[in-house]
Amino acid sequence: MPQTVPSIEPPLLTLRGIEKSFPGVKALAGVDFTLNRREIHALMGENGAGKSTLIKVLTGVYRRDSGTMQLGGSEIDPRSPQDAQQAGISTVYQEVNLIPHLSVAENISLGRQPKRLGFLRWGEIAQRAEKAIARLDLKLDVRKPLSSCSIAVQQLIAIARALDTDARVLILDEPTSSLDTREVEQLFVLMRKLRDQGLGIVFVTHFLDQVYAVSDRITILRNGQRVGDYAAVDLSRIELISKMIGKDLSEVERESGGKAKPLSTAREILVQATGLKRKGAVENVDLTIRKGEVVGLAGLLGSGRTETARILFGIDKPDAGKIEIDGHKRELRSARQAIALGFGFSSEDRKTEGIIPNLSVRENIILVLQGQRGWLRLLSRKEQEELAAKYIAMLNIATSDAEKPIRFLSGGNQQKALLARWLASKPRLLILDEPTRGIDVGAKFEIQKLMRSLTNEGMSILFISSELEEVVRSSDRVVILRDRARIAELVGEEISQAAILSSIAGTNESSPE
Amino acid sequence: MRITAKQIPIIATLAVCLLLYGTAAIAFHDRGFFSVGVFVNFFIDNAMLGIASIGMTFVILSGGIDLSVGSVIGLTSIFIASAMDRYKLPPIVAIFVALLGGTVFGGGMGAVIRYFGLPPFLVTLAGMFFARGAGFLLHLESVPIDHPFYNALSEFHLALGGGIELTASALIFLATFIIAIYLAQYTRFGRNVYALGGNEQSAVLMGLPTGSVKMRVYALSGFCSALAGVVYTLGLSGNPSAAVGLELDAIAAVVIGGTLLTGGVGYVAGTLLGVLILGIIQTAITFQGSLSSWWTKIAIGVLLLIFILLQRFVQTRKLRTTAS
Ligand SMILES: Nc1ncnc2c1ncn2[C@@H]1O[C@H](COP(=O)(O)OP(=O)(O)OP(=O)(O)O)[C@@H](O)[C@H]1O
Ligand SMILES: [Mg+2]
Repeated sequence: MPQTVPSIEPPLLTLRGIEKSFPGVKALAGVDFTLNRREIHALMGENGAGKSTLIKVLTGVYRRDSGTMQLGGSEIDPRSPQDAQQAGISTVYQEVNLIPHLSVAENISLGRQPKRLGFLRWGEIAQRAEKAIARLDLKLDVRKPLSSCSIAVQQLIAIARALDTDARVLILDEPTSSLDTREVEQLFVLMRKLRDQGLGIVFVTHFLDQVYAVSDRITILRNGQRVGDYAAVDLSRIELISKMIGKDLSEVERESGGKAKPLSTAREILVQATGLKRKGAVENVDLTIRKGEVVGLAGLLGSGRTETARILFGIDKPDAGKIEIDGHKRELRSARQAIALGFGFSSEDRKTEGIIPNLSVRENIILVLQGQRGWLRLLSRKEQEELAAKYIAMLNIATSDAEKPIRFLSGGNQQKALLARWLASKPRLLILDEPTRGIDVGAKFEIQKLMRSLTNEGMSILFISSELEEVVRSSDRVVILRDRARIAELVGEEISQAAILSSIAGTNESSPE
Repeated sequence: MRITAKQIPIIATLAVCLLLYGTAAIAFHDRGFFSVGVFVNFFIDNAMLGIASIGMTFVILSGGIDLSVGSVIGLTSIFIASAMDRYKLPPIVAIFVALLGGTVFGGGMGAVIRYFGLPPFLVTLAGMFFARGAGFLLHLESVPIDHPFYNALSEFHLALGGGIELTASALIFLATFIIAIYLAQYTRFGRNVYALGGNEQSAVLMGLPTGSVKMRVYALSGFCSALAGVVYTLGLSGNPSAAVGLELDAIAAVVIGGTLLTGGVGYVAGTLLGVLILGIIQTAITFQGSLSSWWTKIAIGVLLLIFILLQRFVQTRKLRTTAS
């Protein structure tokens, strides 16, 4: 098929008519994809569109049902990620896939460690790892176990591992989902450099800014089919969104426009935390959450956002400070106690703290609600099914049915189900830590609308997100943290990206209080 | 050196080992417990268990289990004895065939586990029955070995000076131990075993040859079991009912040696300590004289429980530190 690619060079990678079905879903229905040398190619699509599946077929994790794949002009047929690596395809998969017990250095070199006379050379392994992470501006003791690193650092290490080979094709499936702006910038610098050296790079993300910042071309998938292949400069943002979600332009513009923000008047205070302090986590955090409002928590990675949430939810105990709930002083000793008080916490680490992979979507959704009611008042099967169906429809969770084990869902859809679990339990305070990570634009709007309607019913929400735009759009009040302490608070009309950024940067010290 | 969470079990093992040894040395000092001779005897007496445990270490590190160990020892021993007795096979050939057979048998179980995706517990359980039955098919009871070469091998002693000597079985044990450390720490195969046991799905996506690693781990364990069977025949007989239940002692030694039963964490050196601990308990109870030897089993049971609890503690602690 003639593409709109004006290059004389033959394409680096060509996929034709790729099909892949799983029981109950056709994940890929005849997808074409072309990647050139010296090109960063964004692969876009809603949650469940088939992006990760395409990547897994290409790298031999799954066998395709039909279709052909050519790399550098010759047919390839990888049967395992190992085959794909040997053919010159280096991949970072969507979830961080490394070995937690082994050292950082070893995780980077596993499978290709330098040897001499039949002996692995541990000194060289460490040196190479240090070099590999230095390219990403990361400095740490590479001999410590991977499990001691934060998720963001683990993600960087996974990228460093992928870059530490002589690959012709580099695939990055949502590599930036846990990274902060500076880390993303550094990654982009590196990606551009590799592109200029002749690599073809496939890049998946749900952050539209990032797509336009680095991509040369964009391929859009929808429901397992290719919508088209465009030069990034020729495709406007709105067009991109409309092609991804399959609605026409006017509809998208209407939905994404404006925020209806009811100004919260002097409502009752639900939670008041003062002077929270915990060694190594937060220094001095004050926080007030009123009934029926969305409080955004903004700040850079490591500014203490998640740590604050963990204290409020009773997971970690503060060394100092007090927490009042409904005007009574409380000591939160465990998450169970917090749940009993009507709190909910959707964690940022869905893989280890969130989903239960082998349970069905329905079971994952009703988990907290059932837990609250106690096992004596079981939800009937019918109630469970209704609840599951309601949230699957509301959040647009792409699954063939509610009984599918959740591990078979795409990454973003797992995240939606996790959110549904907490929404279904109707807590009084819902703490959402990066709830939209890996969720597509369409669903983000849905979630925002949902948050609004829940607060209208009286629920309070503490909303943590690295995406400022989202914080600005959803919050009635924004508390800004820097260096583990509260530095400012913005209310109502004051809330804007610029205002948040300037207080994080410290250029505007006037904290309204 | 900093102590990381995964080193806590092996440090505990070392502490238990020193504590037991020290206590026994003081309690039985009048009977010469604290002597090089007694110490060297640990290696001589526990060579068979030690070699089998080293193979088991790799299997458990990879996240699996091998229940066929004892049966393969029995099968190997009776095979060597009857091959020499009935078919007049030269001992070297018999030993070679036995080692090859053990390796292929282990590799075969590995292949079933790999290609049919069956749980190792069940596949090696079947292997256990199969090998035990095959041993009894060869001969129903013990067969003596009488061959000049074997006699010489069994009599062989390496004098270390001061009247201290190492037997052939102790030497084989030590050599196996050193090679195992090399395999675990200095080869890609060894590191892939750790990766496989740490997280299989990740290991696959990292492009590691997990399928072949799995097969090779069971082949290695089969080889070690056969080698332990060869060590058994140095007692100048082969017996189809040899080493019944030895796999359970081997698992105990590995776990007491600080290897996580779930795989991915542990050291070969820990297993050596684990075997020594079992040996010390046994010897101490013999020295004591009045206690029934079954107290050994009770002591092992208690230790095992303590170590499993310790592993639990380390794992949950680790989860908590990663989460924050
Ligand atoms: N192993 C599997 N078994 C069954 N169904 C699967 C499996 N993997 C993916 N699917 C289904 O295939 C579809 C495509 O999933 P895929 O992971 O490719 O989506 P995606 O585009 O990467 O989405 P996201 O943006 O959420 O990561 C989904 O409907 C998913 O439920
Ligand atoms: Mg995906």
